[in-house]
Amino acid sequence: MFKIIEKEFLAPTVARFVIEAPFIAPKRKPGNFVMLRVGKTGERIPITLVDSDVTKGTITLIVQGIGKTTKELLTKSAGDFLSDVVGPLGNPTPILEKKTVACIGGGVGTAELFPITKALNDAGCRVYSIIGGRSKELVILENEMKRSSHTAVVTTDDGSYGRKGIVTEPLKEWLDAKTGIEAVYAIGPLPMMRAVSNLTKNYGVKTYVSLNAIMVDGTGMCGGCRVTVAGKMKFACVDGPEFDGHDVDFDEMILRNRSYAAGEKTVLDRFEHAPGECRLEKMV
Amino acid sequence: MNTMKASERMKIPRQHSIEQNAEKRSHNFEEVSLGLDEVLALTEASRCLECKDPICMEGCPVNVDIKSFVQLVNEKKFVDAVKKIRESNFLPAICGRVCPQEEQCENVCTLGKKHDPVAIGKLERFVADYEMKSGQFTIPQIETKREGKVAVVGSGPSGLTCAAELAKYGYAVTLFEALHEVGGVLRYGIPEFRLPRTILDIEVERIQALGVKIYTNFVIGRTATVDELFKEWGFSAVFLGTGAGTPHFMGIPGESLNGVYSANEFLTRVNLMKAYKFPEYDTPIRLGKNVAVIGGGNTAMDGVRTSKRLGAEKAYLVYRRSRAEMPARLEEVHHAEEEGIEFLMLTNPTKILSDGNNNVVGMECQKMELGEPDASGRRKPVPISGSEFVLEVQTVIEAVGQAPNPIIQATTPGLETSKRSTVVVGEKQQTNRPGIFAGGDLTRGGATVILAMRDGKEAAAAIHGYLLERSK
Repeated sequence: MFKIIEKEFLAPTVARFVIEAPFIAPKRKPGNFVMLRVGKTGERIPITLVDSDVTKGTITLIVQGIGKTTKELLTKSAGDFLSDVVGPLGNPTPILEKKTVACIGGGVGTAELFPITKALNDAGCRVYSIIGGRSKELVILENEMKRSSHTAVVTTDDGSYGRKGIVTEPLKEWLDAKTGIEAVYAIGPLPMMRAVSNLTKNYGVKTYVSLNAIMVDGTGMCGGCRVTVAGKMKFACVDGPEFDGHDVDFDEMILRNRSYAAGEKTVLDRFEHAPGECRLEKMV
Repeated sequence: MNTMKASERMKIPRQHSIEQNAEKRSHNFEEVSLGLDEVLALTEASRCLECKDPICMEGCPVNVDIKSFVQLVNEKKFVDAVKKIRESNFLPAICGRVCPQEEQCENVCTLGKKHDPVAIGKLERFVADYEMKSGQFTIPQIETKREGKVAVVGSGPSGLTCAAELAKYGYAVTLFEALHEVGGVLRYGIPEFRLPRTILDIEVERIQALGVKIYTNFVIGRTATVDELFKEWGFSAVFLGTGAGTPHFMGIPGESLNGVYSANEFLTRVNLMKAYKFPEYDTPIRLGKNVAVIGGGNTAMDGVRTSKRLGAEKAYLVYRRSRAEMPARLEEVHHAEEEGIEFLMLTNPTKILSDGNNNVVGMECQKMELGEPDASGRRKPVPISGSEFVLEVQTVIEAVGQAPNPIIQATTPGLETSKRSTVVVGEKQQTNRPGIFAGGDLTRGGATVILAMRDGKEAAAAIHGYLLERSK
């Protein structure tokens, strides 16, 4: 059992958890993830490691409530326990040194991008960041990202905060302005990563994307997370989760991630309409 | 003592297990075989010829003293019988259920030369179940506590056996498992209807009762490396038994469609994650009206029989060779047939077809005929031109073999591996790195539970020898 030490909402549907995991904490590298199961009847889902504290033996996760598992997780508080947390899994992100790079986060993807941004900044890179969200509440870690960036802008789809528009707009301006960006790290919804990859391909700028595929074990056993990269079958869990965005078949992956849409809806409905108590209310 | 003459014993027919009705069981996950009852077991045991030089024992990869345990059954000393088995095999309730006895002990049984061999596996299961039901298990006495901590990596059949044997020698053993539950392939692979989880849980509890400490959710190579187990954790020897968990795919078009599974994923969802109890359990499974399972081994049988139980109208087993070449246990093939599985032999899938929205709507196949023997000694299937046809299925499960998971090999510098990414071991399960031993599917690439157990047992003896030598 893994104890939740701290919990804090960053947005109405996004929370940061600090979890006791003394074996995982010293091993975490930017880009790694854990597989997590909230309770004994739960599903195993991958969540990216945002941070860790080696002396305290804790790891930090940032979770957006989307499906049943993540929404159930948001109902947990400090002092509660999670059944299972295993990791760190996946390959760490390649961190360039002393280069000019762009870091682009969309929605909760910013949480996954933050440790990479910090590592790049610490490695002497000049970091241009874009923090995107659908609306103001979904813009997270703005201050943390700004502290690790040379330049940072916020975009929202609805214009409720920062610049109105999508993340590719400022990126295109920077690329056109010859800022010398040599690599782009993009983490967010698949359509966003696809749009960024399509853009940077025109400029010949290397682009790392992190693929959040459906996984069961997260250690290379099931093959459920297979993605097509440069025409070849890859497992996101052990070959990734990061890949060259120019090689990823995003269209296929978007369809694959809908594989269990019906089942996901069934368990979510059961969870949200469980008789007795309204867990949504408890959550908010 | 059995006072019957040999000629009388030979007249008794081989006794059969009580089984759940095929129609009924093809809709549930309860155990297919209910085993022998006491009367049947006594009758069966009385068939044993009690050979002076029993060769059945040599047919057993872990050399269970079969003659002695069968004699104890004859004497109604069922608990003593299981104790006798446990001297060589710590998991009798499991082996009695999943071992391919027809290729091992029963294959060499003297009675089997002219008649049906003694049902050794069923007797093994009977006494193991008797002991569980009657609650008469006693923890074997560990005589000496020995210096030296040993890490066992992977909690499948080789790891469980190695851990149990080392604990019996008197070592402090820690077992590391990557998943959240113990058992490896016995947990995620073999379905409940062949090996009920309560049986596995009890066998695991017994290993814990020997003092074995278990860490689940711990991936060696990630959470800690093998070298860290020596340097930071203070282990003196390490046994690697991480199995062959990486699924192969055929490499035909359409494998990225929704509704295509590796058998590993399909079975893991159902067995480990309990998707058959969805939505009580959260993990879903996609199952079409018709399901095709590709392959001819035990994993393919498990996949196709599971599909039927989950409600598939048609569950096809598609195999490119003929029935004679199928590597699955005879009993599983027989059970599958009884349950209404449709066998499409000499049939080779060539393409999985999409509805245009990434969902499976069919599988293109071609018929095959058998040609000359290939490297495996089996006749090689050759396509018959113009025999292409489409099988209307919405789910495709590929059970076409698996390779070892590469995580440990990639994170253990200097560890010798083969081209097939198996770990190379010498006679005593010793790898090229001192103190590191390995066995089971990790070294074999895909074999049986009992061979994995044999390796675990051999490795435990070798580790014992290694540690004794070191302490001199």
